[in-house]
Amino acid sequence: MEILCAIDTGVLCGVEQWFTDPAQWTGPSGIPVRLAEHVYYSVLALLVATAIAVPLGLLTGHTGVGGFLTTSLANFARALPTIGVLFLIVLLAGIGLVPVLCALVALAVPPILVNTHEGVRGVESRLKDAALGMGMRGREVLFKLELPVAAPLVLIGMRTAAVQVVATATIAAYVGVGGLGRYIVDGQARQDLSMMLGGSILVVSLAVVTTLLFAGLRRVLVAPGLRAEAASAR
Amino acid sequence: MNAAWDWTLGVVEWGVANWSHPGEPDRGILPRLLEHMRLAYAPILLGLLVALPLGLACARWKRLYPPVLTGVNVLYAVPSIALFFLMLPYTGFSDWTAVVPLTVYTLVILLPNVVDGLRQVPEHVRQAAVAMGFGPLRRLVFVETPVAVPVIIAGLRVASVATISMVSVASLIGLGGLGRLILSEGFRRQFDAPIVVGIVLTVLLALVTDAVLVLAQRLLTPWARRDGGGGGGRGIRANRRRRRTAAAAPAEGAAVAADLTTTAGKR
Repeated sequence: MEILCAIDTGVLCGVEQWFTDPAQWTGPSGIPVRLAEHVYYSVLALLVATAIAVPLGLLTGHTGVGGFLTTSLANFARALPTIGVLFLIVLLAGIGLVPVLCALVALAVPPILVNTHEGVRGVESRLKDAALGMGMRGREVLFKLELPVAAPLVLIGMRTAAVQVVATATIAAYVGVGGLGRYIVDGQARQDLSMMLGGSILVVSLAVVTTLLFAGLRRVLVAPGLRAEAASAR
Repeated sequence: MNAAWDWTLGVVEWGVANWSHPGEPDRGILPRLLEHMRLAYAPILLGLLVALPLGLACARWKRLYPPVLTGVNVLYAVPSIALFFLMLPYTGFSDWTAVVPLTVYTLVILLPNVVDGLRQVPEHVRQAAVAMGFGPLRRLVFVETPVAVPVIIAGLRVASVATISMVSVASLIGLGGLGRLILSEGFRRQFDAPIVVGIVLTVLLALVTDAVLVLAQRLLTPWARRDGGGGGGRGIRANRRRRRTAAAAPAEGAAVAADLTTTAGKR
């Protein structure tokens, strides 16, 4: 089975041995458990961020009220160093899931919020006129026209957020709550390069799977007509 | 209220007291800030240096763009934090370990913006250049690229804010400027002042860099100012409204809007 070791006896071989070691796949610090923790934190953070950012983005995009303030704040939040936020909350509130979630949510809200806001605000005014002319009310315009038209952009914002969250959930291990970052932290402490690389490869793979997942979601959630238009615009 | 005031005062006092240690040039806040700037600006500049010729080539030879874009999108899925660690065996604990992944990330944001910016050059501008006797290459460099500047700078703004914030994470591999302040002075010693100072300075650095880019855009696009009457944005904003149909319209205002352009409608 040792394919890489046949060509390379250095770093790559070490990583392959790390992956093929059966001990790696069982027990409370095995890959399945760590992966499950990582996915759990990421999904939870993304759900919370979506629950905050999408309604807010819809509201500001639809009404145009507070749009500038919201996008400025989101831009400001984007500059926040995630590890600073994480470590500060840990110092103030103690170790646990809450600081990790706060830091990840702070990371995920800006891209979702800005894309939702811009997506809704960018709906062509002629379309809105048509909807109003057909007798739609404000709320109907929002949910039947603006949200579907903005959906591709909202999904792109969520994808950006998801990839960043998956990557950054690695830091959960630095405050002792597991996840795939555990391998990176432990590998660093033990000077075990194979372990660190193994952990990194797992995180990268998870990020790639996330991207594919959002490509799939786009197929399911975006109306076919809009997909065709987006494709022909390129 | 009083406690919050005292706490803020304490943080400021710590910051002033530890700003720099003249005897030991590697201690204090200032060396970390300078390190942060070095680690953040190098990838931004390198990313631009790669994205500009690559974007020009993609706009010139249209068949080149889809494969390059696919490559860039694959890179986009690779999180930079994991890349830091993947780089370690090859670059060791040097600046490159942080600079290479961050450059890749900048490139991912910038390249689509360069190409989109060039593609959005109005047809009449292009025709005017042709009528004035500009060949394809000269037109690209002297007419189309300057017109695309707002879109390119919008991408630069997103990329710079993201990079400046991400440099902190490089502290986990022993690099990372202000992140090192946060990690070693703050977290390891269970002391909140360095963490707060680190966060505030990172955000300030991002805001100042952003302001410089806005200024650069104003200087580089004098026509946009004349067009809109006040504030480099209005002429562009009007254009943008006109182009809304194309699903993703970039440039202008909140730099973050450029996020939309980077990958909008490409998947």
